[in-house]
Amino acid sequence: MSEERYTLNKQLAQMLKGGVIMDVTTPQQAKIAEEAGACAVMALERIPADIRAAGGVSRMSDPKMIKGIQEAVSIPVMAKCRIGHFVEAQILEAIEIDYIDESEVLSPADDIHHINKRQFKVPFVCGAKDLGEALRRINEGASMIRTKGEPGTGDVVQAVRHMRKMNSGISKVISMREDELFEEAKQLAVPYELVAYVHENGRLPVVNFAAGGVATPADAALMMQLGAEGVFVGSGIFKSGNPQKRAEAIVQAVTNYQDSRLIAELSEDLGEAMVGINEQEIELLMAERGK
Amino acid sequence: MKIAVLAVQGAFAEHIARIRALGADCVELRQRADVEQHFDGLILPGGESTVQGKMLRDLHMFGPLRDKIAQGLPVLGTCAGLILLAEQISNDERRAYFRTLPVRVCRNAYGRQLGSFHTVETVAGIGSVPMTFIRAPYIESTRPGVEILASVDDKIVAVRYGNQIGTAFHPELDADDRMHGMFLDLC
Repeated sequence: MSEERYTLNKQLAQMLKGGVIMDVTTPQQAKIAEEAGACAVMALERIPADIRAAGGVSRMSDPKMIKGIQEAVSIPVMAKCRIGHFVEAQILEAIEIDYIDESEVLSPADDIHHINKRQFKVPFVCGAKDLGEALRRINEGASMIRTKGEPGTGDVVQAVRHMRKMNSGISKVISMREDELFEEAKQLAVPYELVAYVHENGRLPVVNFAAGGVATPADAALMMQLGAEGVFVGSGIFKSGNPQKRAEAIVQAVTNYQDSRLIAELSEDLGEAMVGINEQEIELLMAERGK
Repeated sequence: MKIAVLAVQGAFAEHIARIRALGADCVELRQRADVEQHFDGLILPGGESTVQGKMLRDLHMFGPLRDKIAQGLPVLGTCAGLILLAEQISNDERRAYFRTLPVRVCRNAYGRQLGSFHTVETVAGIGSVPMTFIRAPYIESTRPGVEILASVDDKIVAVRYGNQIGTAFHPELDADDRMHGMFLDLC
């Protein structure tokens, strides 16, 4: 990937800021998401809650299904490939996907290496639990980061934990003396230049969204108040009682995340939220995939 | 001078940083009450026009902003902002918004993200300007009275009509503040 292409890919993420990216499994769901105000959709065959329930190996979606969603909406379309599965990524690039999510939601194809994302022209978003993971993914060529959270649970606790860890990692780097950054780069297992960027700019070099467990307008606003620049909502919308209404409410809550009176109104009469699984009840921790 | 920036979704922070660097004050427009204060100019930033258009209506800002623009409030619309201003959207006719700028735009005219690009081209009255196009529109046609400020490969990418400036590219993303300077001169 040329430097110019990488810049353009980071800039597309800038355009998504303040928005909600929704998981969809059919063209109809994609249209509902677009009408409700999604700034992009994530096309996948099964939402994380169903992947969790079904078990087994989870792979990239059928390209035909993804193309159907690309034809249904005018907003950017993202799709997931398995961690380390660069051929799945090549396929997604061939069908001109707008963003690839190298995602822990799917079964990893490589338990050591992530994809060399620098070799691709299309942009990548990757999950991270802390600053080190985020900078390692950026070093591999990711042009956007999201917290991992714990997908398909409807439990926001892990997204909160990961966002707070990211923030405290950034605060620590900001407060360091310049001569301490070299050791910090060694500890985080990332290049010095990325640590120096965080030290100078007080933020990641790419846009950072929240993901994994967001189910209500309040969850979305919580993540925004914690510093997320936008939110991914996976199972939370189409696993709920009234997807359209919930989607619209989450979009407005992200735009006005500091207006508690509006969020109170938005939280009324949303129907049933997704059932959810508590942290202690989870058998498979997807966030532990790919570090 | 106080400039309002539509801050419901997209790259509004980049515009705010640019306007502040040029010495003007900024306010964010996120809901109806924000629109009711006085401001001297309006920026409609890049982002997703479908989201911004919906939020304008859901948050009850659409009518008052349209009236202000129609009454001559200086406005700069970039990428999605250009789409919000356009009278017609050729490939999405049911989704026109303010319709105050008499041009016909084509959404996502360069295709998906792989079609995004950066170039340098002349803007009338300014000179060579770096231009970043992200899943950008271009202007297919203009009605009389619209001044064409810039074209790239025969496609119109910047226009002025009265106090409205529309660009298909993102002047907020490149290190060149002259498009914002041109806008502030109107305010």
